[in-house]
Amino acid sequence: MNLEEYKGVFIYAQQVDNQINNIAFELLGKARDLAKTLDTQVTAVLVGSGIRDLADQLAEYGADRVIVVDDPELKDYRTEPYAHALSEVINKFKPEIMLVGATAIGRDLGPTVSARVGTGLTADCTSLDIGDFPLVARPGHEDEQKHNQLLMTRPAFGGNTIATIACPDNRPQMSTVRPGVMQAIQPVKGAKAEIIDFNPGFTPNNKYVEIEDVVKVVSETVDIQKAKILVSGGRGVGSKENFKILQDLADALGGEVSSSRAAVDNGWMPKDMQVGQTGKTVRPQVYFAIGISGAIQHVAGMEESDLIIAINKDETAPIFSVADYGIVGDLNKIVPRLTEMVKARKKAL
Amino acid sequence: MKIVVCIKQVPDTAGGVKFKPDGTLDRGAMLAIMNPDDKAGLEAALRIKDQNGAEVTVITMGLPKADAVLREALAMGADKGILITDRVLGGADTWATSQTIAAGIRNLDYDLIITGRQAIDGDTAQVGPQIAEHLGIPVISYAQDIKIEGDSVVVQRQFEDRYHVLKAKMPCLITALSELNEPRYMTPGGIWDAVDAQITVWGRNDLKDLDDSNIGLKGSPTKIAKASDKVRKGEGTMFKDLDPDAAAASIADVLSEKHII
Repeated sequence: MNLEEYKGVFIYAQQVDNQINNIAFELLGKARDLAKTLDTQVTAVLVGSGIRDLADQLAEYGADRVIVVDDPELKDYRTEPYAHALSEVINKFKPEIMLVGATAIGRDLGPTVSARVGTGLTADCTSLDIGDFPLVARPGHEDEQKHNQLLMTRPAFGGNTIATIACPDNRPQMSTVRPGVMQAIQPVKGAKAEIIDFNPGFTPNNKYVEIEDVVKVVSETVDIQKAKILVSGGRGVGSKENFKILQDLADALGGEVSSSRAAVDNGWMPKDMQVGQTGKTVRPQVYFAIGISGAIQHVAGMEESDLIIAINKDETAPIFSVADYGIVGDLNKIVPRLTEMVKARKKAL
Repeated sequence: MKIVVCIKQVPDTAGGVKFKPDGTLDRGAMLAIMNPDDKAGLEAALRIKDQNGAEVTVITMGLPKADAVLREALAMGADKGILITDRVLGGADTWATSQTIAAGIRNLDYDLIITGRQAIDGDTAQVGPQIAEHLGIPVISYAQDIKIEGDSVVVQRQFEDRYHVLKAKMPCLITALSELNEPRYMTPGGIWDAVDAQITVWGRNDLKDLDDSNIGLKGSPTKIAKASDKVRKGEGTMFKDLDPDAAAASIADVLSEKHII
């Protein structure tokens, strides 16, 4: 494998039902940063059936080039022929970096493609940088240190550890990236990308499975483990009715309401919404603990949240020892004002 | 029919995590259990055995002590256990692991291979699809329901907002979600038999069609640059004497700064 032949940062632009998934825009945002450091181009790979006119959207979100693989065989996602499409793009266009979203599709497509093209794959990354490998050169072996490598950072062991991984001797350097972590750029209206149509040919073989049915699932109850933002209330909320102010904040933020055990025991919230040792373990991007004292059983279920904001009138409440931001005060006054501010700031954007 | 179930012995993540000096995991120092998704995969295989009749072989790769999860599987009702273990296979990433397990499976007859979707230590979900790729058979990942229809499997394949009902001719590989079923307990008789059961042990030399450049730490394209226990959070910021407007504004500022709003 001649590593020098591999150039450019590529992203897999996932689409379902001919709608581009947000992860594609997030990957483009990150790809732009990486490409700038490497002084190279960003290429989006768009695979599907009747999807060519989606390419402009990818341009607006930062793609310099879009490779379009459009074929009737690619109507709904199937590992094969999608893996064939992406593998052949990699073999032909030789990217230095290939990013795929860590979605239910990407975590199937990524491993299959990486095995097919013969490179490593780092799963579910939360941070990507360009740097040296090894991070520090071995004394006397400085010339063995490789520069401009993709350094892929990911949590493992249920979030107990963090590892940074490199793929120094194979190309492309490939990773799946956790949705919701990277930032998309503000789209540039009217931006155009170079569009390259590419069809490697699709001949059904033993790996083509048959889709007998596509069943869309409308979930009835909210799964608090999937929420990115949780507004959680406890005994301090005071009543079932008063959970409305938490719901208002959650609605303004696009999050969900959850609770401590005390609120469930009081009949204010259903058991499904309980966070903690006897409830669910959650790890949202933002966890609001409102009127929750922070018993150890509750903390066990939420301490891995990225950002913890606690509001409580008792400044000795244990919740403040795990909170990133703690506010001592009256939730009944603070929460509604916060909801208004969130709405106002979102509107201003 | 013949079913091969790939299982993994994993450290119980509740028990704390330890590393060796080279940055790879020190599995020997941690408590070990059968990976939950794999256990659901085993249960799915045992239900097919109960209904249609099948021979269920469990295979694992790991340290010699991984023998324990094979015996647990036998006590649940599996028929044969195979342990792939060899010093030269250590430190493998998902590429090298899938190459090695695929080579082991090539020694066997199979109609269906079931793996867990992902293991709770690495959380990669990569080894199952990669085994299928190396063996040249179809993969159906994220299975939430599995049925046998003649020489085919019909599987509900889960996505975020839908599922696909997929039909594949066997042989094929399925990766199982833990919500697929509630795994059975070991039976007392099963435990008794499993203690004395013969476990087949394969080393490097028992694996055919496997290049030395694709095994172990050396054969792994991904390399660990740095690994560490997650650093516990430091002391947070606390605001005590703010009026409600200032308190709300300070939270809104944090949310803006973190790009939440």
